[in-house]
Amino acid sequence: MAHRTSISATGAILTGSLAHNKTRTLLSVAAIGLGVALAYAVQLITGTAINELALGIQVLSGEADLQIRGARGGFDERLYPMLAKLPEVAAASPAVEVDARISGRDDVLRIIGVDAFRAAAVQPGLIAEPADRLDLLRSDTLFISPAAARWLSVGVGDVLHFQAGLREVPLRVAGWVPMAEQQRIAIMDIAGAQSAFDRLRVVTRIDLRLRPGTDIASFRQHLLAVLPAGVAVESPATSVQATGNVSRSYRINLNVLALVALFTGGLLVFSTQALAVVRRRAHFALLRVIGVTRRQLLASLLLEGALLGAAGSTLGVVFGFALAQAAIRVLGADLGSGYFRGISAMLAPTLSALLICFLLGVATATLGTLLPALEAARASPALALKPGDEERAFVRLRAVWPGAAAIAVGAMLTALPAVGGVPLFGYLAIALILVGTLLIMPQLAAMFLRLVGTPQAPAPQLALMQLRGAPGQAAVSLVAIVASLSLMISMAIMVTSFRDALDAWLERVLPADVYVRAAAAGDTGYLAPEDQTQIAGIAGVRRAEFFREQQILLDATRPRIVLLARNINLRDAQQRLALVSTLSSEPTSALPPLWANEAMADLYGFGTGEVVELPLAGKPVQFIVAGVWRDYARPQGAVVIERDRYVALTGDRTATNAALWLSPGSSLDAVSRAIVHQVPGGEHLEIATPGEIREVSLRIFDRTFAVTYALEFAAVAIGLLGLSSSFGALVLARVREFAVLRHIGMTRRQIGQMLASEGLILSAIGLAVGLVLGALISLILIQVVNRQSFHWGMELSLPWSTLAIAALVVLALSTLTAWVSGRRAMANEVLRAVKDDW
Amino acid sequence: MRRRRFLASTLALLATPGYAADDYPEVVPGRALQFPRDYGSHAGFRNEWWYVTGWVKDSNDLAYGIQVTFFRNRPRIADDNPSHFAPKQLLFAHAAIADPRFGRLRHDQRAARAGFDLADAAADATAVWIDDWSLKMSDGGYVARIAARDFAFDLRFKPTQGVLAQGDAGFSRKGPIERQASYYYSVPQLAASGRVETAQGAADVSGITWLDHEWSSELLAPGATGWDWVGINLSDGGALMAFRIRDNSGGAMWAGGAFRSRDGQVIAFDRSEIEFAPERQWRSPRTQVEYPVVMTLRAGSLQCVIEPLMEDQELDARVGTGTIYWEGAVRAFMGGREIGRGYLELTGYWKPLKL
Repeated sequence: MAHRTSISATGAILTGSLAHNKTRTLLSVAAIGLGVALAYAVQLITGTAINELALGIQVLSGEADLQIRGARGGFDERLYPMLAKLPEVAAASPAVEVDARISGRDDVLRIIGVDAFRAAAVQPGLIAEPADRLDLLRSDTLFISPAAARWLSVGVGDVLHFQAGLREVPLRVAGWVPMAEQQRIAIMDIAGAQSAFDRLRVVTRIDLRLRPGTDIASFRQHLLAVLPAGVAVESPATSVQATGNVSRSYRINLNVLALVALFTGGLLVFSTQALAVVRRRAHFALLRVIGVTRRQLLASLLLEGALLGAAGSTLGVVFGFALAQAAIRVLGADLGSGYFRGISAMLAPTLSALLICFLLGVATATLGTLLPALEAARASPALALKPGDEERAFVRLRAVWPGAAAIAVGAMLTALPAVGGVPLFGYLAIALILVGTLLIMPQLAAMFLRLVGTPQAPAPQLALMQLRGAPGQAAVSLVAIVASLSLMISMAIMVTSFRDALDAWLERVLPADVYVRAAAAGDTGYLAPEDQTQIAGIAGVRRAEFFREQQILLDATRPRIVLLARNINLRDAQQRLALVSTLSSEPTSALPPLWANEAMADLYGFGTGEVVELPLAGKPVQFIVAGVWRDYARPQGAVVIERDRYVALTGDRTATNAALWLSPGSSLDAVSRAIVHQVPGGEHLEIATPGEIREVSLRIFDRTFAVTYALEFAAVAIGLLGLSSSFGALVLARVREFAVLRHIGMTRRQIGQMLASEGLILSAIGLAVGLVLGALISLILIQVVNRQSFHWGMELSLPWSTLAIAALVVLALSTLTAWVSGRRAMANEVLRAVKDDW
Repeated sequence: MRRRRFLASTLALLATPGYAADDYPEVVPGRALQFPRDYGSHAGFRNEWWYVTGWVKDSNDLAYGIQVTFFRNRPRIADDNPSHFAPKQLLFAHAAIADPRFGRLRHDQRAARAGFDLADAAADATAVWIDDWSLKMSDGGYVARIAARDFAFDLRFKPTQGVLAQGDAGFSRKGPIERQASYYYSVPQLAASGRVETAQGAADVSGITWLDHEWSSELLAPGATGWDWVGINLSDGGALMAFRIRDNSGGAMWAGGAFRSRDGQVIAFDRSEIEFAPERQWRSPRTQVEYPVVMTLRAGSLQCVIEPLMEDQELDARVGTGTIYWEGAVRAFMGGREIGRGYLELTGYWKPLKL
């Protein structure tokens, strides 16, 4: 019998709730759905990209136990026979990897030059079985992965043209790379790669398969001791990790944004359910009286929340999948961020990601229901059955200390460093401060309401009285507004600050009139010394500075850092770099100077005044850090050294970029034309003015943040949904009150004005708290999260116009919603509502 | 265009017909073999091999066949590439042990481009190696060290007789056109001793083996599909070598051979004096290829029956060098009496060697 009761009670609670709150139920489902959709889409996209990256590394490293890696430009090939002859080594497979610029395009194709005989013993998946096996050895043939072939629309027999130096290298497609389905790569003979791309006498990696029984760890230690500076030995798993690290901060930020959207959805469920539960207090009390236990009531309400969550999650995963597909089609697997170039994306959904996102939605909705459900279960049926008891439900929310404590702890957490490169405490601080503020919303609301002077007009006066009388209900409806508003504002401030800082930085770091790049992309283009002489000698060029950019390896578990050799000295560094700190006096040591970017200072401890070591040409060279500069381009770390010294140490006179100052009166067009026509291979050069570079950079910035904007928009949408839903709930709950007001002679219009005033006052409070909280969160984002994720230092800029527009929209919308809800509530006959209760 | 089909696979390389050899030195008659120079590698020529085959036995009198072959090939595809990795010379190696207890060959292979001292063939003496596989002259003899997947050997070979120049003083014709030829010499009655390791354990062995060294730029005539070759160390100290090049119909397109008596008298056979007559076919259970593993050989007035140590001495080298052939230890009988032991090679029975 008891069992039957419980079932029918559950049924009654559920049907009662869902039938009464159709609109709000749908909104809650939609809000949870949107959050789940975003979370799932982000998972799908980054999961796919990362998975492909890892697979790519697996194909490239095959059965290797250890991998030797160094500077992007490679290391001495004589290391290969030395390692191959070690008794522990069963097979050694050398490779020359280049990111070859495809002629006439801004794209690169990763070409891996291998010795097919050696690769067959370590990475058999790379070696094709062509009709003519000598194609594996020819210097002018390459084998292309199916993904790259689709991307470039080429087939066997076609000839691809690549840029090397300022020359063009034609390579015939001789077949397919068997094991690389999704990676855009090509395989060719190592000798061909060395000579075609000017990598003679160097290799970029050696994969080692060890003899069975070799202790890999101790052999690795042994190798570390004998390898030249700048060359590291690691397991392939470490390479996977290092590659993943490049994009990790970006991925984590995307995930956090999706969680934020979900969190806002959860808050919406909370406020909807809180108000709905309050509205159904009498209903629940009746159920209790007829024998439903507290436990049954609680379980039923939680089940209700879970069902909402499940419905939302179902919609969410479907929508999320569609969203991910659309995003990949429009933006590519890297969502326009540039982190996952060279991967052709095909969504590979995993059951685990799907389940996690689904359960996340269910859990969020259930948690959102928990507090209201507990309150409903706790209420004494006798009291709850009396009218006017609603506000009692919120008494529990009046304790100040939990919220204050959360804010205080959050503030303290901002001082903690990143955990494994992830600004974990920064995110936690934001979450705590946000939740803390939401917890003290009742007090804040009461405080604000006390501060507002009582107006004379009856409608606003009544509105204020009503709100003062029921600050708990007001606070609950404010929660969703404050949360979504503050998050939106914080992101707007952060993005604006970053964009302004980037703009100012670009202006500072581009002092020349024209910039020349050897290749639009990749690492195969360069300016030979004679090209540099040609460019410097062109009529109209007053001054030419050349620099060499390349990547070197300092730590095998991290991505390579950028080494820039350029015309710079201690005196003019301030003019060339956006220095944020510099040596106060001339260095006393005889060590050559080096300037590190902020990421370098953060990640490797290259602070001003430190003595550091760089591997150059296989030898460690000591430098003194003469300054730290701001850099938004190279979050993996970058250092600048003097070019003369670089040439002396390495013998490398090539350059990758040139900065040109024109003599007065000479035309930019004429100089550009002269460069293209007078320098052999000049058509490969990319020539740009600072204005163009700035434009492109800002466009890339905007594209990178396109996803951020999209998520931000979603959060706002959910928040606004919450806004109208909360007001609707609040207003509908007060039908009795309106009946009484009508009874004592208030006009509908006056009641409408009263509700509009309530809406205005509430949203003004929400706006005020949201703005302050948003600014606070943006400070944490800028000073802690961004700094720890990307090592970007920047100043705060406020997007005044955006903020003003957002404020106006919120105020107008909430006022309108309150008014419309009121009209709807009053459409029912007043008398019936009064009769219901008396 | 036909050069395209020229494969990196060893035997196939040697057999690809119809290319112009203009870029390679031509094999011409009348050039006397010069030692020690001709022990070494002839890097200009397209193909070259050093081939050691023979019978050894352990202390329990158990007989094994052993085979070590190093091939050198000059593909002429990257001669102007300045890279140290440029594949100017390719090296391949096959090694096999015929152990009757095992019932089929244990074999393995290696392949590498010459360079970095990891693989090469020296010019001044026999010294050819790929990683830890090597065949090198030492102390007036040869040493072969092979560390294969499931066997290993370390053998020393000591000549007991002089070099046997094949064909016309080392000029060995292989086809109807004169330049289809090789420079070719053998070292029969090569005394072997050393150690062999298999899954059954290690054993000290000794025996009699045979070395062939041959180099050429154009070996096979167009239409040739494969060859049969046999080299027998006769029990009385003599030596017998015979080969035939087969055409599409299975008939002999060319043939040749030589007999050297124990006292050093050499008789060279021309194509009409050599005849291989299959006596029994054996079908490989793995590849279904049929090989004439028992043959009657007529060389001039000499006639003997060649019988294998075991039937299954097929060598499937499709993975490495792209072909399947039969290469095995054999006995020679005359009137039911064993007169010598050696090796038989049967190529082109799977597919014509040009592939």
